[in-house]
Amino acid sequence: MPIDKNQVKKVAKLSRISLEDNKIDSLSKDLDSILTFVEKLNELDTKEIKTLKSIADKTLEARNDIVDDGKIKDDILKNSPEKNEDFFIVPKVIE
Amino acid sequence: MSKEKFDYFIKTENNNWEVIIGLEVHAQVISNSKLFSGSSTKFGGKPNTQVSLVDAAFPGMLPVINKYCIEQAIKTGLGLNAKINLLSIFDRKNYFYADLPAGYQISQYKNPIVGEGSVTLDMPYGTKVVGIERLHLEQDAGKSIHDLSPDKTYVDLNRSGVALMEIVSKPDLRSPDEVNSYVKKLRTIMRYLGTCDGNMQEGSLRADVNVSVRKKGEKKFGTRCEIKNVNSIRFMEMAIESEAKRQIEILESGKKIDQETRLFDTKKNETRSMRSKEEAHDYRYFPDPDLLPLEIEQSFVDSLKKNLPELPDQKKDRFIKDFKISPYEANVLVSDNNISLYFEDVIKNSDIKLAKNWIIVELFAVLNKKNLDIKNSPVSSKNLAKLINSISSGEISGKIAKQVFEVMVNTGDDPSKIIKEKGLKQQSDPKELEKIVKIVLDKNTDKVQQFKSGKEKLYGFFVGEIMKASSGKANPKLVNDILKKELKK
Amino acid sequence: MVDLNNISLTEIVKLVKLKKVSSLELTNHYIKNIEKGKKLNCFITTCFDETIKKSKTFDAKKNYDSLLPGIPIAVKDLFCTKDVKTTAGSKILENFVPTYESTVTSNLWKEGAVLLGKLNCDEFAMGSSNETSFFGNVINPIEKDLVPGGSSGGSSSALAASFTPATIGTDTGGSIRQPASFTGTVGLKPTYGLCSRWGIVAFASSLDQAGPMTKNVEDCALMLEAISSYDKKDSTSINKKKENYSKNLNKNIKGMKIGIPKEYRVDNMPKEIEQLWSKGIDILKKSGVKIIDISLPHTKYALPTYYIVAPAEASSNLARYDGVKFGYRSNKGKNLIEMYENTRGEGFGDEVKRRVLIGTYVLSSGYYDAYYLKAQKVRKLIKKDFDNSFKKVDAILTPSTPSSAFKIGEKTSDPISMYLNDIFTVPVNLAGLPAISLPAGQDSKGRPLGLQLISNSLDEQRMLNIAFAIESEIKFKQNLNRWWE
Repeated sequence: MPIDKNQVKKVAKLSRISLEDNKIDSLSKDLDSILTFVEKLNELDTKEIKTLKSIADKTLEARNDIVDDGKIKDDILKNSPEKNEDFFIVPKVIE
Repeated sequence: MSKEKFDYFIKTENNNWEVIIGLEVHAQVISNSKLFSGSSTKFGGKPNTQVSLVDAAFPGMLPVINKYCIEQAIKTGLGLNAKINLLSIFDRKNYFYADLPAGYQISQYKNPIVGEGSVTLDMPYGTKVVGIERLHLEQDAGKSIHDLSPDKTYVDLNRSGVALMEIVSKPDLRSPDEVNSYVKKLRTIMRYLGTCDGNMQEGSLRADVNVSVRKKGEKKFGTRCEIKNVNSIRFMEMAIESEAKRQIEILESGKKIDQETRLFDTKKNETRSMRSKEEAHDYRYFPDPDLLPLEIEQSFVDSLKKNLPELPDQKKDRFIKDFKISPYEANVLVSDNNISLYFEDVIKNSDIKLAKNWIIVELFAVLNKKNLDIKNSPVSSKNLAKLINSISSGEISGKIAKQVFEVMVNTGDDPSKIIKEKGLKQQSDPKELEKIVKIVLDKNTDKVQQFKSGKEKLYGFFVGEIMKASSGKANPKLVNDILKKELKK
Repeated sequence: MVDLNNISLTEIVKLVKLKKVSSLELTNHYIKNIEKGKKLNCFITTCFDETIKKSKTFDAKKNYDSLLPGIPIAVKDLFCTKDVKTTAGSKILENFVPTYESTVTSNLWKEGAVLLGKLNCDEFAMGSSNETSFFGNVINPIEKDLVPGGSSGGSSSALAASFTPATIGTDTGGSIRQPASFTGTVGLKPTYGLCSRWGIVAFASSLDQAGPMTKNVEDCALMLEAISSYDKKDSTSINKKKENYSKNLNKNIKGMKIGIPKEYRVDNMPKEIEQLWSKGIDILKKSGVKIIDISLPHTKYALPTYYIVAPAEASSNLARYDGVKFGYRSNKGKNLIEMYENTRGEGFGDEVKRRVLIGTYVLSSGYYDAYYLKAQKVRKLIKKDFDNSFKKVDAILTPSTPSSAFKIGEKTSDPISMYLNDIFTVPVNLAGLPAISLPAGQDSKGRPLGLQLISNSLDEQRMLNIAFAIESEIKFKQNLNRWWE
């Protein structure tokens, strides 16, 4: 049994997703079966295997240090659920 | 500077405690545009005007790395005598915060671009080598503004995505003074290289300070706490002291230190816990699949190394060797590349000894008072050289030179112009001086008699009168010779 | 009068270029089909006024020198389209209007096409039946209660029902090929990096690829040519010259070697699929192709690998949906953390939540090595299997799916049974290779079945040619009776 209800709650907290109490049981069952399914990989010995650098067959390209973006404040703020002319607005963080 | 012994230990009734400090310095990279996007990095822009779709993490946006930022990191690594890793990887550091639009920061975890290096400090008790663990590139976050509203936070993403170099030291520091010296040295090196302006008031340089304590003589490290985001050297010193004392108090009462993240409260001068114990961050690092590993050619590193400017340590050694000045003075002169450039310009054709004294004592006093950078010095290097030469040549005395200097500070004028206009040229004509000496002595024959009968203190009185009579311009050495001669008569 | 519902895109383009039909006529035709077809629930957003305007503009100019002159095309609602709502099938983006256009759709408009609307899909591309969309499930035009496949279910359904002459979807684990197979259409997933990901709502960055969905192979070549491009805004985009896939399309496959991987013959595979596969093999043999048995030994580990890697990347890619910059924000929550939790709890559907939680779990401290790192290592083994095979063969032939389209609601109670739909398609994404699904027959209930060709990296031309050859021999025909009108 790879995952139980308490771990599900912890992971939900890490993912910042609220879970309804009546859904936690079925969700835990689903996650448990998925994790059991993926544990099939334990059949393989991969100690000596190195991962791929990337699935893209190329090397990292870099751009020149020129300013060619930004200055689009209205576009940036346009879709925000709460904002004023200059800022995004969110409920306060409690520190 | 006398050689003192290192002695920063916190003494309590029963114990002698040693403080162990490690620093994670975040230095904003000097570049035009951000690490993974093309928006501007300029400080002080109007909110959210330097934000691209990539910076704000809109759906479908992707990072593209800035070539120059890579260069700046390598140069900094070379300046720290560190190993440059030809293969490094960008990882996502996942956490949620209002000023982190993507919900992750692109950083480097197990494979940073720069490996181990070192920084050398000149402390009163000798040289101290501080180990560097690593340097990596990462994105800066935006700004959360909490005090514009009682229940809302305002978010400005201008800074989101600016390139940062995180420089992690080994836990080699042992006192607030060493931390002070270390941060200043790092800043100087990066300023020399032009990779970071080190401007702490603008946030270009900040540090997370890791502090632990142990009884003097113990080998094991104690549990450390991290004090986050300290943005001035003075606060770092204060935070270290208060945190060390807090930990000592806990340990001496028999309890254990909880490893946690803390904030330094500058008003209360104490650290306080930042997160509740269960909110331990699990950053779930994994290689960013939108990027590929960064592969650098050794030839590229070599070419950057070849073109590095002379660094503070090399310059200091050269100054000591070539100009025969003391290590302390050399340190002061190289602490800022602009100062060393100024100095070398002045001594191109003027006396080194006078030059260093005039810069370190007189000029610095003025700059400090007026809160100016040497780049904005009211006295140019050329003019200071001229002033020094007029002392060396005997044209004016050292005392008069101070007067001239004051005028130069206020007007920026050429000293020869000032000397001429104010007629401050030193009186060095022996015939003229003889006249003045004779007049003074004639006016004070009774005192001359007293001097001759033993009141030697009156010598100073005669000198004073001669100076007065010559408006201070009499060449002191000549006055001495002539006065002695006359008094013997 | 030409029956626009039953001719290919290529033929439509010819008609436009010959001035036999105008862009406006095409647009009006598809609008009519769409408005009569609301039952299928293919569209999340339509923008008909704009489409008509653009068609009129196109007809007014006389430059028909482009690949898709004046052709109205609807696209999956995962592509950000400027000023047109883009939802990714999710409540959390239900009112998001991008101020930018994805590179792939830009390429379509550059070639003369005009946007008809945004097609329904599984939420954030997570699903194999288009039953996880916030905007309701999509129905397969083949038959009333059938799923169209997923996640590009709206795309495959709209295409089969002729609501659009061609379309584009995205494929992360089979989301183009599987719905193509379920609806009797052609779907192609290109080599990873051939098409730009810039402006596509990201699901799993190392697996996502945009690709064409069309009625036949010739159309597929044309669409692939239109959308593929090097994009320096995407660091994973491959820098290569654009190829003329449609001009160079041919059926000269004699002498080629096609591999048949034994591991794709799974337990309890329906007989009809076996027969279809054999049919494909026979056709190839008759065309002078050499059939070679190959082994892809790590095939059975592909699905578990995928269900670690994809959710992990998704959990990170979906962290930006926090109610701050765009999208839905819950009005519950006294502070920032509560706002996040409620926004995402209310804004994400169940499947998305499952995958984000799995993804977070497999990346978390203590589990990273056992799950994520392990999966990445197995991924390398899977890729190596293919690399080794392509030393011996030019392409690989397999079935596209382990079954034909199933009934709505049939597999929603067990996530694993849903995941098993992708058993033949997922290995391809893990290896970053190109693959195409073409309709090859029907099962006993008349539901379409597809065959999949897998090729080596950047070998799309040859893959299209082989598909073209098979298609011309199979002569698959699908006559829908438009029961939804």
